[in-house]
Amino acid sequence: MKLRVMLALVAGGSLVAGCAATASDTNSASTATPVKSSKSSDTAFPSTYSAYPSTPTAITGVTIFDGEGGRIDNGTVFMTAGKISSVGGPETTIPADATVIDGSGKYVTPGIIDVHSHLGDYPTPSVAAHSDGNEATSPVTPEVWAEHSVWPQDPGFSRAMANGGITALQILPGSANLFGGRSVTLKNVPGRTVQAMKFPGAPYGMKMACGENPKRVYGGRNRMPSTRMGSLALNRQTWIDAQEYRSKRDDAKPPKRDLGKETLAGVLDGEILVHNHCYRADEMAQIIDMSKEFGYKVTAFHHAVESYKIADILAREGICSAVWADWWGFKMEAYDAIPENAALLQNAGACVIVHSDDENQIQRLNQEAAKALADGRAMGLEISDAQAIQWITYNPAKAMGIEKMTGSLKTGKMADLVLWNGNPLSVYARPEKVWIDGALMFDSGDPKRRPVSDFELGQPGEGDVK
Amino acid sequence: MNRFAKFLASAAVLITAPLAAQTTAITGGKVVIGDGSAPIDGGTVLIRNDRVVAAGANIAIPADARRIDATGKWVTPGLFAGFSRIGLVEVGAVTQTNDMNASASPFSAALDVQYAINPFASPVAVNRAAGVTRAVVSPSTANSIFAGYGAIVDLGEDENPITRARAFQFVELGETGQSRAGGSRSASHIHFRALLEEARTYARNPALFDSDLLKASDAKALLPVINGSTKLLVHVESANDILKVLDLRKDFPALDIVLVGANEGWRVANHIAAAGVPVLASALSDLPYGFEDLAATQSNIGRMKDAGVKVAIGMINDRDAHQLRYSVQYAGNLVALNKVPRATGLTWDEAFAAISSVPAEIMDMGGQLGSLKAGRQADVVIWNGDPLELSTQVETVIIDGVDQSLSNRQMRLRDRYRDPAPGALPNAYDH
Repeated sequence: MKLRVMLALVAGGSLVAGCAATASDTNSASTATPVKSSKSSDTAFPSTYSAYPSTPTAITGVTIFDGEGGRIDNGTVFMTAGKISSVGGPETTIPADATVIDGSGKYVTPGIIDVHSHLGDYPTPSVAAHSDGNEATSPVTPEVWAEHSVWPQDPGFSRAMANGGITALQILPGSANLFGGRSVTLKNVPGRTVQAMKFPGAPYGMKMACGENPKRVYGGRNRMPSTRMGSLALNRQTWIDAQEYRSKRDDAKPPKRDLGKETLAGVLDGEILVHNHCYRADEMAQIIDMSKEFGYKVTAFHHAVESYKIADILAREGICSAVWADWWGFKMEAYDAIPENAALLQNAGACVIVHSDDENQIQRLNQEAAKALADGRAMGLEISDAQAIQWITYNPAKAMGIEKMTGSLKTGKMADLVLWNGNPLSVYARPEKVWIDGALMFDSGDPKRRPVSDFELGQPGEGDVK
Repeated sequence: MNRFAKFLASAAVLITAPLAAQTTAITGGKVVIGDGSAPIDGGTVLIRNDRVVAAGANIAIPADARRIDATGKWVTPGLFAGFSRIGLVEVGAVTQTNDMNASASPFSAALDVQYAINPFASPVAVNRAAGVTRAVVSPSTANSIFAGYGAIVDLGEDENPITRARAFQFVELGETGQSRAGGSRSASHIHFRALLEEARTYARNPALFDSDLLKASDAKALLPVINGSTKLLVHVESANDILKVLDLRKDFPALDIVLVGANEGWRVANHIAAAGVPVLASALSDLPYGFEDLAATQSNIGRMKDAGVKVAIGMINDRDAHQLRYSVQYAGNLVALNKVPRATGLTWDEAFAAISSVPAEIMDMGGQLGSLKAGRQADVVIWNGDPLELSTQVETVIIDGVDQSLSNRQMRLRDRYRDPAPGALPNAYDH
């Protein structure tokens, strides 16, 4: 709510993280058996998460938004062994031993997913000691991994679950750099370690940024890039070097491991998904051409406030726009933001994601989607409630490469879901229960069934409803 | 796109916008007075010139009154933003358009936002279209704990935004205050006391005033704070900082204090209530941004209200120059808390009052603003549904009895790019 991360960036300059990680040269790949570089890091820092215990549970008589644009009234969802077993109408059979929750008057959605979060790497309390989101010492840092900055005790994770129904989220590096580093996708499950939160099987993402931030941060130090043309030049040269590295990977004598180029090669291999912070339409069009020059694909433009100006192009290219409902005016490249952005994109057949980039609005992505929906309808666009729910469930899952596992209520998928005490597109609705892999991780009626981080223990307000 | 038709439409707006005030009856709507009372179905709001004549059921309508049929709609007072920086900023990061503070100025308490507020700034138009009609506008601090004079403004499209200039002085006495004062709360409190003492020195003999701490202009600005004729809005968040602010009245008994922010207010709500100090509180703050916010919870406002504190919604440091339209969403969320076990919210009627009459009353303007009671300035909004609900749209905005344009550049951009691919001519020709 206080926009401290953004204001810090706007103020510029003083964001340098304490830990100046550099490309490591301590661990050369074996010269005898070349390893595909992007894969060599797949085994590093593996997820240790496994689902918490669950009991077979059915929710009956409930309104279901399935996350893929479908809606079932008076529906039933049944989950067992951490998976969705069945989703249907009142005729859906439920085993006799299942726990049954009467969902009448209530709503079920897939767990809400935020494609753009800095929880853990810009946590609260937002003190300088916790400012770990931008390795702002070089504009090209594909070698850094956001997970190495995530503080699992960030109280923001619990707020996102309890108030926002968030069950999965992508933690991104910040936007000071052209190449910000790898993202990490987390289950929104508390853990002692970030490995205990990592979403098993989720692909990596890579953060890129265009526009004002990199040129302000580095131009202010008389370094490249100080202009948008400088940004593009540095971007392209970096891709040229990455292509060369990639082409030599399978040589008899492969190059020494290079953490940054492993990530870039992973993008060129199509295994690491590009999440590109980019506000302006004209810049997005240039990034698209750059991606074609080097043979990679942009998965999503983030903070894409001007996507509505090129909705047809984005639809044609199959690139998602991750947007706020109505943020605008905080900097020049956000000046042309309009509240109908999401709806105009949907209307053009483009992929829409409503994201937060914010420790507060992650607590009400459902409301942000509802506002974007309402503004679209007010201009005469026909968009269903269920489609708006897709903006915060299936579509972000798709952009994070986890849509086959979660993001919608389909048989066999992870039982990540939220029971709302009213229509989640209403301001008056809140999560009542949240399940992750079938395990009940939040229950508004049970003070013990909510996470309280180490930081909050023994402090005023510990365990409060927040 | 029929550009000619759009041209005609916008020309018509220009011609009719400064419509002469007259008698207007808004009939058939669900009328919210804004004072915390329940909505009245099928009510009438009667406006003459710039004032509300009457609102409620069974209102006699003069024969010559202009009638606006609001059947099926909601009619409310305009939203009153309890704390904002509206009109001080066009683009936040473009320093030439950002007049919130002045880090290179030698002045502090004497700085006065009335000279900076721009009624033609696009955030004014955007928030007007969302039903915000009045706002508390505060400067922010730079080199001192004192920021300067704030004002009460209207968001009308005319050139006179100031409802009350020099409505209050703003001071930081929490984490920001300790930083501004040099690095400790001891410093911020001695700073506060010393500057007020210097102002008294100034008052005794202005001609001889010569202070290392304070310019004469700033000293002059602090005098009405000391004697309570100008309100003092104090930004603090933590329970302890709040208590220390309440204690200031032991040394300066006339201070007319309003707390701003007050994330931990609920922990000391009885003290705040006993002191009779009102609060312009952040509505949905629930994270420990700093150690001054450890106990922040969305139940803060509800708990303070239950303890007898007069509390309205303000938006300090929360997109407060651009997004006052969040007021309704915030109020709605406080209503939502009523269905959350262990949480404390507001009733719908209380929640709407927290963004209309209560902030007006806290600023001592409840007799003129913030509700549809007889004699108030005629700031009226017609909505197509429950104003706190996310799906609801504003249909009509009236400020000081004058119909307002709802147009703004966001709408123009929307219309230009409804079909984004260029037609026979580039998009730039669509206007």
